[in-house]
Amino acid sequence: MSDRIFGGFGLLLAIFYIWAASIIKDSFMVDVVGPRAFPYMVGTVLAVCSIYFIFRPDNEPAWPTFRKFTEILFATAVMLLYAWMLPEVGFLISTVFATAYLTWRLGTQPLWALVTGVATSGGIYIVFHLILGLSLAKGPLGF
Amino acid sequence: MEILSLLGDGFAVALTPQNLFLALMGCFLGTLMGALPGLGPANGVAILIPIAFSLGLGPTPSLILLTSVYYGAMYGGRISSILLNIPGDEPAMMTCLDGYPMALQGKAGEALSLSGIASFVGAFVATCGLVVLAPQLVKIALLFGPAEYFVLFTVAFATLGGITSTNQAKSAFAAALGLGIAMIGSDSQTGSQRFTFDHIHLYDGIDFLIAIVGLFALSEVFIFLEQHNSSAAAKSGPPKIGRILPDFKILKRCVPSITRGTALGFFAGVLPGAGASLGSFLAYSLEKQTVDRKGETFGKGDPRGVAAPEAGNNAASGGALVPMLALGVPGSGTTAVLLAVLLQLNITPGPLLFTKNPDVVWGLIAALFIGNFMLLAMNIPLVGLFTRVLLVPTRILMPVVAMISFVGIYSITGSTFDVMLMVGFGVAGWVLRKLEIPLVPVILGILLGNQMEVNLRRAMTISDGDWSTLVGSPLAIILWIIAIAGFVLPMFYGRRMKARMEASRNEDEFIGD
Repeated sequence: MSDRIFGGFGLLLAIFYIWAASIIKDSFMVDVVGPRAFPYMVGTVLAVCSIYFIFRPDNEPAWPTFRKFTEILFATAVMLLYAWMLPEVGFLISTVFATAYLTWRLGTQPLWALVTGVATSGGIYIVFHLILGLSLAKGPLGF
Repeated sequence: MEILSLLGDGFAVALTPQNLFLALMGCFLGTLMGALPGLGPANGVAILIPIAFSLGLGPTPSLILLTSVYYGAMYGGRISSILLNIPGDEPAMMTCLDGYPMALQGKAGEALSLSGIASFVGAFVATCGLVVLAPQLVKIALLFGPAEYFVLFTVAFATLGGITSTNQAKSAFAAALGLGIAMIGSDSQTGSQRFTFDHIHLYDGIDFLIAIVGLFALSEVFIFLEQHNSSAAAKSGPPKIGRILPDFKILKRCVPSITRGTALGFFAGVLPGAGASLGSFLAYSLEKQTVDRKGETFGKGDPRGVAAPEAGNNAASGGALVPMLALGVPGSGTTAVLLAVLLQLNITPGPLLFTKNPDVVWGLIAALFIGNFMLLAMNIPLVGLFTRVLLVPTRILMPVVAMISFVGIYSITGSTFDVMLMVGFGVAGWVLRKLEIPLVPVILGILLGNQMEVNLRRAMTISDGDWSTLVGSPLAIILWIIAIAGFVLPMFYGRRMKARMEASRNEDEFIGD
């Protein structure tokens, strides 16, 4: 069933892709094939494969339980929030919390997770920023 | 003898202090990443690419660093296979079968050093093979026109599912997905905006590094989040290593196994879509067929069962560099990631690389020879160092991996949008892996998509819109036959091969090699 749903989703994607390809505007430069032909081919392969999934689905994959699902959803949210907060509060602070959250959810005691967070954040800052000179996100406090 | 003088120049490049240091770092980090379960060569290299670029390393130094990581990971994979019965990466799967029983018998040290020697021989011979074979392949590749190149890319996608693929539609879907993503941005031929929907972040297309790090490294974090058990796993720590050097007698007994493993592995590596996992699988099965027909000692700690697959997977990793460097068409996940390094550095891989940037190619090859000796030293006398790293629990390791991925991407793009996109790719990678859709074709599609299209359009411009030019030369027709055979054959043999491979290993999910 998962494969069928995925096939349906893939088919929608393929239709959307082909539609989006059809509205590509020509520029003043032209060549024989044009900018639309290759995307049409790609879209067709997507569509054919999706139809195949719908008619010949594989065995059901082992989906996680609802709890694990929310786990992944929350981890995603934390990572997105992390990306959004990076320029706002700076690398050091946001990394402490993001690492602590992930370590905690992977089964570490909350306090130890916070320690790991601080250690990871500081470690990365020292190695990558101070030693190797990579530019990390600067917050209002300058780190 | 031209090759020898080129190789000599290569050594001059590789022997500078900076490059030697990078090779050493690469070998060390690679062994570490290989040894840690959950971090394989593909995601290990993927995480390091953005960092190598933010450091502002030039083409040769970056390549030396990252290929040393690749070689090192192939060595390191065996450590956790032997000590913990958990393969550090996919190609090390077969090493568990006899390596772990040896460790249980108190012969872990012997197994480690024996497999270290086997790895060294495999990788060394494969690097020699690379020196000999790649220039020959370049001579053929120089005959390729745009039409042949288009077909060659088709071959790469058609065979990438590999002989073990059970559902070719899924490989094809993955490739089309990658190609589709590559089309986003302004068209290189005419400048039209494609699939950007007037979104300014998409004008330059999606940076393949974001896709690679997201799909490979972050999806691993999600897989781990899903699979971990809150009840802590048995914490026994690695068993005692015992004596480090093997008996000379045992070593002598293993010489034929190592030889056979190396030859088979190299062959499997050069073939498109095979890679190191198949190399070690073939080496192990052939060895079992040859020396232990009745199944008396294999699987119970036979040293030959450790030596053969290790020689095989290391030889395959060297062999896989041949098509990547000579044709610009990688056959495995990690070589695809290495291709990304070249593309990011604005170096066009393929035959022109050998004529235009010989210092890059030969410097890299010389660095591989040097790295191999470093790896031998790290993996036999110093192996104890790496066994200690295995004590770091994954629940701490995984978040660190995630954070280093974020640091890498943020430091090269400096954009929140790109970091969020990477998270998106991470989630997508998790879903695709759940549905058993391979990720390597997606990556390859993103990497090669634009070149594939450019070659098609050039061929069409030359032929003035005549599509039959795609089958217009004997070379193109041969390539089409390979592509079709590579795509169709697994439909008949794939299930059987996969069943055999799975029967002999546990059910872990891996990205590829």
